[in-house]
This record gives sequence, C-alpha cells and structure tokens, in this order.
Amino acid sequence: MSGFHRHRRSKLIIANFSGFEADLLRSLAGQLVELLRNEAAVPRDDVDPFEALMDFSGPTQEPEDPVLARLFPTAYPDDEEAASEFRRFTEGGLRDGKAAAAVAIIDGLEEAGLPQELTEDGLMIDVELDQPTAETWMRSFTDLRLALATRLGVEEGDEGYWHSLPDDDPRAQAHDIYEWVGYLQETLVGALSQ
Amino acid sequence: MTAPVEVEPTITPDEITLTAKPWVTIVWNDPVNLMSYVTYVFQKYFGYSKKKAEKLMIEVHEDGKSVVSHGTREEMERDVQAMHEYGLWATMDRQE
Repeated sequence: MSGFHRHRRSKLIIANFSGFEADLLRSLAGQLVELLRNEAAVPRDDVDPFEALMDFSGPTQEPEDPVLARLFPTAYPDDEEAASEFRRFTEGGLRDGKAAAAVAIIDGLEEAGLPQELTEDGLMIDVELDQPTAETWMRSFTDLRLALATRLGVEEGDEGYWHSLPDDDPRAQAHDIYEWVGYLQETLVGALSQ
Repeated sequence: MTAPVEVEPTITPDEITLTAKPWVTIVWNDPVNLMSYVTYVFQKYFGYSKKKAEKLMIEVHEDGKSVVSHGTREEMERDVQAMHEYGLWATMDRQE
C-alpha cells in the first residue's frame, strides 16, 4: 500500500489496495451512507402544527448525532432563526452530496474488482480515477475522517495518547484506521496537486 | 444591459464599501482536516494563489480561525455551504 499517485502517461490517479483494505474502505463508506440517510429530519415544534406538517423541505435544528452535527455545522452561531433557515435550505442537498460521494467510493472499488463478499486471499484492487472522481473521493475521505475522529474524540496534538494504547485496544485499532484514511487522503491531495 | 449607477452624494466611499461587502465567511480550526487539504480547497474553490491559500490555512491553524471571503449575504451563504461540502467548519458573520 503506497497511497495514491498520478500515472505519468495516462494522467489518471491510481492506487493499489489489498482486498482487505478495499473491503475496509467500502465498509466505512457504507456506514457513512447509512448514517447520512438514517437520522430523520427533526420536526419543527416552533410553528403552527399544520404548518409544521406541511413543512418537509428540510431540517431546521442541529442534528443530534455528533458526527452529523460536525458534518453540518451551524452557519450562524449567534442567530438561531437565520441558522434554521440556512439549514432548511442546505442540509438536504449536503447530505445527498456526501452520500453520493461515499457511494462513488463503493462503486469505484467494486468496478475495480472488489467482490460483494471478500473470500479470496491475495486479491489486489487497482483503482484508476479521473480528476473529478479523485476529487470526489478526496472530499469523502474528509467525511470519513471527521466521522471516525468524532466517534473517537480526537483532539489537537493527542497522537501520543493514541499510540500509548495497547495494540489490542479497539480504540487504538479504530485510530489506526483513522490515520490510514488520513494517509490515503494526504497522498490523494498530493497526486491531485501534481 | 447596464446603466450607470447613481450614487447618493451624501454617502462616503467607506460606507459604500461596507454596504457592498458586509458579510464574511469564517473557517475554524479543527483537529482533523489536513493542512494540505485545507490549502487545496482554498485554491480550488476560491481560486486563490497557493501563497494566499497557505497563508489563510496557517491563520486557521494558528489563530483558530480565518476570514476566507467577503461579500453579500447570499454570496457568503454559498461559500459557507461549499465549505461544508468540503467538510470544513465554516460560519458566517457580519463584517466587523
């Protein structure tokens, strides 16, 4: 696993994953899609009941799930009404865009040969991405990293803490995966900037 | 089609500038986003030079936040939405 780089002749952005790595990435992307599609929009309780029933255009309150709250931050910290309006007009589209980006990763891996059920040992998945698809993957890596970091409670400059955990601690393992996606993203940004 | 704009002679140039660009987009520091990625996003979305994008990224990293664009309220709503698409933590506010 050496991350992403740009192929000199074809100009495509390429990476090779082991079957295990590709399966892991697919699973992370799949979980993000589930999360984005699951938590229903919070109904409004600040308006006339009939009006509330008729208003299904979009959520107006910050999502309860901390990952979703980080993915869809409040745009106006000091103006609740403007923040609700902004959320109502943007959150639906943002959710769809982030879910579509995660699906693009899943599709890309499966088109490159990742089977529905990984059984074969020693399978290698060669991914070749054009510029727009590579940018979509790069954006989705951010969402995956934000999701993992929020669940783990990652803070600025806490690498020492994570590395001091025993190897068999599930949090240490999850943090290794977080760092791995970070490495993938770093190499992808590098390849895209070339 | 366009026509010359009549400017109220009593308004000073400063007031005109403030009325024209009264809002800002602020990007806040977070422990997750990569410095290279944030720089890439500022270049790609705003069309800033690498030098300017890096300067803004360092401000976010070291000062905790940076004003990354100015404009009308509608323009800043578009910019904040775009930053959220990229996973950056952005808010908007009136120009101080």
